[in-house]
Order: sequence, then C-alpha cells, then structure tokens
Amino acid sequence: MTKEQRLQKRYASEKRFKSYGIISICLALTFVALLVFKVLSEGSSAFVKTSIQLELNFDHKLLNTSKQPTKEEIEDIDFYDFTLQHILKVFPTSNRDEEKQLIKLFTSDFEFEVKKYFKANSDILNKVITLNITASSDLDQLHKGNYQRDIPENRRKISNFQLKIYDQLLEKKKINKVFNNYFFTNGDSRNPEIAGIGGSMLGSFFSILVCLIISFPIALLAAVYLEEFAPKNKFTDFIEININNLAAVPSIVFGLLGLGILLNVFELPRSTSLVGGITLALMTLPRIIIPCRASLKAVPPSIREAALAVGASKVQSVIHHVVPLAMPGTLSGTIIGLAQALGETAPLLLIGMVAFVVQVPGSPLDPSASLPVQVFLWSESAERGFVEKTSATIMVLLGFLIIMNSIAVYARQKFEKKWI
Amino acid sequence: MDLMTDTKIKISANHLNVFYGQKQALFDISLDINQNEVTALIGPSGCGKSTFIRCINRMNDVIDICRVEGEIKIDEKNIYEPGIDIVSLREKVGMVFQKPNPFPKSIYDNVCYGPKIHGIAESKDDLDAIVENSLKKAALWNEVKDRLQEPGTSLSGGQQQRLCIARAISVNPEVILMDEPCSALDPVATAKIEELIDELKQSFTIVIVTHSMSQAVRVSQKTGFFHLGKLIEVGTTEKIFKNPTNNMTQDYITGRFG
Repeated sequence: MTKEQRLQKRYASEKRFKSYGIISICLALTFVALLVFKVLSEGSSAFVKTSIQLELNFDHKLLNTSKQPTKEEIEDIDFYDFTLQHILKVFPTSNRDEEKQLIKLFTSDFEFEVKKYFKANSDILNKVITLNITASSDLDQLHKGNYQRDIPENRRKISNFQLKIYDQLLEKKKINKVFNNYFFTNGDSRNPEIAGIGGSMLGSFFSILVCLIISFPIALLAAVYLEEFAPKNKFTDFIEININNLAAVPSIVFGLLGLGILLNVFELPRSTSLVGGITLALMTLPRIIIPCRASLKAVPPSIREAALAVGASKVQSVIHHVVPLAMPGTLSGTIIGLAQALGETAPLLLIGMVAFVVQVPGSPLDPSASLPVQVFLWSESAERGFVEKTSATIMVLLGFLIIMNSIAVYARQKFEKKWI
Repeated sequence: MDLMTDTKIKISANHLNVFYGQKQALFDISLDINQNEVTALIGPSGCGKSTFIRCINRMNDVIDICRVEGEIKIDEKNIYEPGIDIVSLREKVGMVFQKPNPFPKSIYDNVCYGPKIHGIAESKDDLDAIVENSLKKAALWNEVKDRLQEPGTSLSGGQQQRLCIARAISVNPEVILMDEPCSALDPVATAKIEELIDELKQSFTIVIVTHSMSQAVRVSQKTGFFHLGKLIEVGTTEKIFKNPTNNMTQDYITGRFG
C-alpha cells in the first residue's frame, strides 16, 4: 500500500465515522419528533372545549323565586328545570326520548354552570343573557371532527336527531370553541368534558413540595458529612456503595416500602400527597446525594486550605466557603432529582394515589392523584374525550419537566464559579 | 555569626519525623527559625520542604494518613501537645500557598474574613481599618482601593498572591509561612513580592519555601537545604551559598543536581 492509499483510507474512515455519528443523532431526533408530534397532534385539541350559546331569561317568575331573592332562596332555585325549559324552547322535541338526547348534548353539569354564573352576577335578575354552556364530550368530539358522521346510526355515539340539532347550531352559529378552563381547574371526572388536571397538578405540587422539604436537607447534610468530615474507611466505602445502589433501585420498590411502612405501620392517610411525597423523597434521596457530593468535590481543595490557614475551623470552612460554592451544583442536582420524582408513577400506584379523586386537594393530607398517574388513569379510558386529555396531560407534564430542567441548567451556568 | 547575636529563636523543631502512611517523609529534622527574619528552605522537589512548613501551622492535620512525631516549639510552647487549639495556632501562624487561592468573593471580603471569624474587629470601621492596613502592608492598597467590591479572582496573578498575603496578615499573625509563593508568577510580580517579603520581616517571622536559588539569596537571612526528607545543611544564607560545608549542598546550589 502506498502512502497515498493509506492517506485516502484514513480520510475515508474519518468520514465514515462522522456519518455514523450524524445518523445516530438524526435517528434520536426522529424519535423525539415522533413523540412530540403524536402528543401535540392528539392533545392540543384538549385545551379548547365546545360550548353552546343559550339565551337565558333570568325572569324571577321563570326562576320561580321572589323579586329580591335571599341567599337561601337562591340556593332553592331549580336551575336544572329553569335551564331545561329554555333548551326545550329553542330546540323543540316531539317525544321524551328526543328530549333525553337533546339534554345529552349539554354537559351533565349545565345546571351548576348556570347557577354559578347567576350567583356571581346577582344583577342579572330579570334580564336576558346569552350564556356559553359547555357541550357534552360527544358533541365536543363531533365538533372537533373526531367522529365520523357517515356510518350507520347504531355504530355512532351521536344519533341522527342529535346531528340535526348540531347542524342547526352550526347554521345559527350558536356553537363555538372556547378555552377549556375546566381542564386546568377541575379534578377528575367520569365525564370527559368536565374532567381536568387541576387536582392532579396540585397533588403533584404537594408531593414534590413534601419531597423537597424532606430530601434536600437530608441529602445535603449527608453529602457534606460524607465528603468533608467522614473518615475514609471501609464503613464509609460501604455507605457510598449503598447510596449508589439505592439510586439504581427500581422505583416500585420504594412504593412497596411506602405501602409497607408508611401506610401499614405508621398508618398515614392513604392516597395522599403527604405519603406520596415521603415515598418520592426516599427514592430521590440517593439521586440528590450523588450530585451534591460531586459538586462538593468539585470545589478546589485550595479554598478549604485558604480558609483553614486564616484560622477557620473545619465547620466554618465548610459552611462559609465550600457549601456556598457548591450550591449551584447541589441546586441543579436537586431540581433534576425532583424532576425525576415528578414523572414517577410506579411508587404512587402502590400507595394508592391512583384513586379516582374528584375533589381538588386543599392540602397534602387530602387524597389526590398526580400528573403521571392521571395519564395512566386516563389512558385506560376508552372514551374519545379522554384520549386527547391523556396527551394534553403529557404535554403539561413535559412542560413542567422542561421548565425544571432549564432552571437547573440555567442555575448551573449562571452561578457556578469558574476556577482559574 | 555576629549578626545573629541579638536575634531570638521563634520556632524550633526538635527531632521531627513525619510519615505519610508507611512512607516516612521527614527524618529527624531539627531546625531553629529566628524571629523577624526570613528563613528560606531550598531543595529538589519532593524533599519535604513543604511538608516541613505545613507542620508549623499543622496544616498536615487535614491529611488523614499523616502522622507527626517529635516537637515543634513556637515561643517555647510545643504545638503538637494535646490540648493545643489548632484554630488559635493558625491565627498566629498564617500561610500563603503556591498557587494564589483567593476566595471567589470580593477583595474586601477576602481580607475581612479572618478578622471576622476571630472577632478581631469590633465595628465596621475597625474592619475597614484592618482591611486598609492589611492591603497597605501587602502593597496592594493603591491598586485596589477603588474596587474593593470586585471579586478577588478578577485580579492578576501577582495581585492575587499579594491579596492572599494581605489575607494572611489581616489576623495579625506572628509567623507567615510561604510555600513557593512566586512559582506561579512572572518576574515582575515576583520582584514585587520579594520586595514585600523584605518589608514584612520587620513585623513578622517568615519561612519561605522556594525553588529559586537567587530568590533565597535575595530575600532570606538563613537558609536550610533539604534532600530526601533530611535537613542536610542549615546556616546563614551567605554561608550556605558562598561556603557550604556539605558536598551535596554545593552540588545543588551550583546546579549539578536537583
């Protein structure tokens, strides 16, 4: 082989190696793009809901109440009947069955929507107001184009009569899409149109808060002790190995621990974000200790020597210099650990945070779901309305994860000291 | 020797042996260091000079496997006696390291840290005065007086080293140990530091480890030559460099080995 041939061969192999790298990056990006596309295309429609404009005459006679109703009297008003009469006036029906079908086009909660509006605006008595009433999930899906119209009626969720009404609504422009506030404020529900992630978002928030409060101080202190004070012997080696092992233990094992110890021995309330948070804290602890130790180790020994040489005690040198200098690393490690905990599902299933909870939790002691568990719950529902909500929840969860990880990266780059 | 008649011995090491685990690093060192003088320690790398000066402020305690036998007396008091408080020892014996190591804080905070933790300053004004004084003594005041709040790490290498000297003298020590303070600096900065060392010996006792023979000649009054953990020869700088008694010293200072 001549020198030129060898040279060409070397160039060729370098080119080949480079192209392998580019191909693998492209493949990875394709998978990410597929995931994002699937979630976005399926989930984005969940952020809007269909609503039907309905003209309501809040005449006190129609409301069947006095001219100036007191609070108790307002509570007594039958808004279901009141609204139903208006609906029937706009869309005449010929029999009881059609009436049922008509009602089914509206959300099962329509009387509460009207009641809520009436209570919030007391001056509308005896006035005629046009209200946007949330449509039922089936009408919502039809309006969003997810249901086919040209299949036989018995295979459709929407009957011919309902289609007729829908066409009337379209013609009169009484149907429109509005921002789906329920998705962010409501708890879970059997009816997709009023089901939301408000409850599970708060549940996740409380769990992560409990997790942070428990795991961060313990992890930081453990890391500081192990890195700065502990003698280097077999026992500390043993501890170190075990911390690394714990970080790799499957999360469901921590769920079993939470179930066995927290629920069965200490009898803490089941399905609450308190128990979820403690379980997640157990899981997150080793995952925070490891980056904390790494960032403490990254502080150059010359800083410790400098502090000791002017007569700082060991504790002073650590608290005044080493720990503050390691803070960016420990904080970003903590945030990344918490982000992992936020996406964790398995341990929460075992401690009962998989329950169907309608109420939005007010404290960590209330039963609640969490975002990833909500995804799990809804992904099992067959109804079309839950499919888009599943994807939308994934979007919200991914959004939170991206925000947390960006904060971690930003904190590290912004505040980390560059050593000369 | 007539120069040394009125000098007082500040530090005295007696039969000092130091071990790192199984390995012995210093063999039976006995060395007296005079007050208000600069004592230079020279010798090839790994000969134990740094180990020796790190024994004087017990900096070696940080190293788990390090073991010290024998005694070092400062003002007739053995610093390796049980019950000696290391913090007050290090307040008395300051140290400047090979690589400038300012805290990544402001220039002001770098200097005021020592006085703060030892409660030397009563008020903010006291602290300001100490900072100004220390920086003046370290010949850095004029360069930094307008930017005391800037980070210490933003200074040049030589300025950083002088900042470290200011930090060391801020707690008003009696002894300053310098472990190759100029090895990371350019000749101009080195000259400044040497000039400074010469000034500082009025108020402090200085022990300096150096690889530069000429530096030892320029700044020190007494020189000790270390080789393989043993103190080969010690005497006035003049005598060591002009008229060494030991052949090894002769070879080292003339550059034949090391």
